[in-house]
Amino acid sequence: MSTRDQILNAIRANKPAVTTAPLSPAGQLTIYDDPVAKFTATLESIGGKVEWINKLDTVKEIVHAEQAKGLMVADLLGGHLQESGAYFADKPADFLKDIQLSCLQAVIGVAENGAVWIPESAMGNRLIPFICQHLIIILQKDKIVSTMHQAYEQINTFEEGFGVFLAGPSKTADIEQSLVIGAHGARSLRVFLLDQEG
Amino acid sequence: MKPVPHARAAGNFIKDEERTNWHDDTLWFVREKRDKAAHGIAEWELLREWASQIKNHTLSCLDEYLLNFEKQAIVNGVKIHWAADAAAHNQIIYSIIKEQKISRIVKSKSMLTEECGLNEFLHQQGIDTVDTDLGERIVQFRDEPPSHIVLPAIHLKKQDVSETFHIHLGTQKGNNDPQYLTEAARGHLREKFIASELAITGVNFAVAETGGFVVCTNEGNADMGAHAARIHIACMGFEKIIPRTADLAVFLRLLARSATGQPITTYSSHFLKPRAGQELHIVIVDNGRSRQLGRADFRNSLKCIRCAACFNTCPVYRRSGGHSYHTAVAGPIGSILNPNLDMKANADLPFASTLCGSCSNVCPVKIDIHEQLWKWRQELAKEGYVAGSKKAGMKGMAFVLARPGLYRFSGRMARWFLRHLSFLFKSKKLNPWYRQREMPAAPKHSFRNWYLKNKKK
Repeated sequence: MSTRDQILNAIRANKPAVTTAPLSPAGQLTIYDDPVAKFTATLESIGGKVEWINKLDTVKEIVHAEQAKGLMVADLLGGHLQESGAYFADKPADFLKDIQLSCLQAVIGVAENGAVWIPESAMGNRLIPFICQHLIIILQKDKIVSTMHQAYEQINTFEEGFGVFLAGPSKTADIEQSLVIGAHGARSLRVFLLDQEG
Repeated sequence: MKPVPHARAAGNFIKDEERTNWHDDTLWFVREKRDKAAHGIAEWELLREWASQIKNHTLSCLDEYLLNFEKQAIVNGVKIHWAADAAAHNQIIYSIIKEQKISRIVKSKSMLTEECGLNEFLHQQGIDTVDTDLGERIVQFRDEPPSHIVLPAIHLKKQDVSETFHIHLGTQKGNNDPQYLTEAARGHLREKFIASELAITGVNFAVAETGGFVVCTNEGNADMGAHAARIHIACMGFEKIIPRTADLAVFLRLLARSATGQPITTYSSHFLKPRAGQELHIVIVDNGRSRQLGRADFRNSLKCIRCAACFNTCPVYRRSGGHSYHTAVAGPIGSILNPNLDMKANADLPFASTLCGSCSNVCPVKIDIHEQLWKWRQELAKEGYVAGSKKAGMKGMAFVLARPGLYRFSGRMARWFLRHLSFLFKSKKLNPWYRQREMPAAPKHSFRNWYLKNKKK
């Protein structure tokens, strides 16, 4: 018998009597009156920054300023997603390590924990949200939900190969519980809330 | 090799009183952060009950969920391996390394690989693995095991880390600034990520419905490794399975809040398919779990999501340090998991508890940890793994307590001896209780005498 079947048989022999899966206690779960305010407060409490913009031009200016300094930017917003995505798709870590700034579009935001969902199709390359020094994320303000329960109702985890809930900049407290921002991933995170369709 | 028993290791740990107090306070600080986070969610207790029921249900249909997970994962292009024990787990990973002629390996935190002794095994084959979680890298440099499953270097002070980094990374001697030290590790580990051929990660949750899995980190080290290397191996104990994607909401709401008081970890990465040109393997491990599943009293220890809330709240863990538990998973949960792995070697652990019940109260999936500790004590006594002196003491105590006359006589004798021959009690040899404590002044009368005299008034 294969190891697989041995393990599965041992589980069958030893598992307890079947209990039913619990139902979702919908109606008893938190809904925030002002999810945008909650999202902002939570994200800022975990080291992120929230800023309001009306159009994507604000981001363009930041991108151009970085590029003018000769720094590499992975701009995967709006019209750039296709060309930049194709450009970065096959690049190895050794190349991507020099990205100073990544700009990505999030699908939704979660008020209770300040997280945003970024699917692989918005990344261009799976390393891009992680390997850059700094990260800017664009989020439509009406895409902010109260809790993770609502978030999972709206995202698709069945199709894309990878996706991440990202909450704040990379951090560690492994040295004597002292919080240090910028462990291995981005040293800073700015979430730009967009008031209208960009 | 027989490990140093918990009581003796703890005795060594508390010799440094200042450091013991610091360790105690540091862990309690984390426990307080957990409380604050938990109290911020109105439905917290509802979530705990919900999570507990999802896990109970999953354990009762575990074979079906594992089969479905495997089926979906294969459709997603993932290669699934099954390992009966630690040796098989290590061998599977070794075979992949040999076959693909790999030499540069990074590994993010995985308690399962600690449980299986993967690093030591690979080292014996001449293969080095770089641990990439900052805390794990620190203890790896020092040739120590992690002392805590979430905070691997919590037993160390920044001076210790500074000395270690000075030796291994060439940082300035005496520079204890955590920011500076973290920056040095960031630079060092970036090189390792970029050069890596194989990334090994753990699994926090594996979803039967999709065949995907979730890995949670704050540092981003699991992602840096997994997305840079051409091969990714994720290792999971089979109890990591949950039925549906929607269940992730429940567990991700509980996990980081219970662990460190954060609303969620910085990165909750959802892996479904390998990226183009990449190989993705999942090793599903039993290593005693199916046996534990068959122990009705202990099976729900398999509900654990490894948040370590029970560590941080435990008065014994906080004052004895993780290394005293001589196992990969320390603390209260480790003390009910490890006797299943090796009853004889870990017979001391269920006694490393005051049975105060705080562990059960903070557990996000409602494992009855302190009750299982008590049940393990009975099981171990039955199996003959309890020291004769402990057994004799308990029996003597039971004999006296069952005989009121003898009990009163013993009390009188004890008070007399304590007053007139107190040196007997103040001998650290004769009286282990006195080693870290003062003896009380002996009262003239027992409570019973006092009560009989005063009840008429």
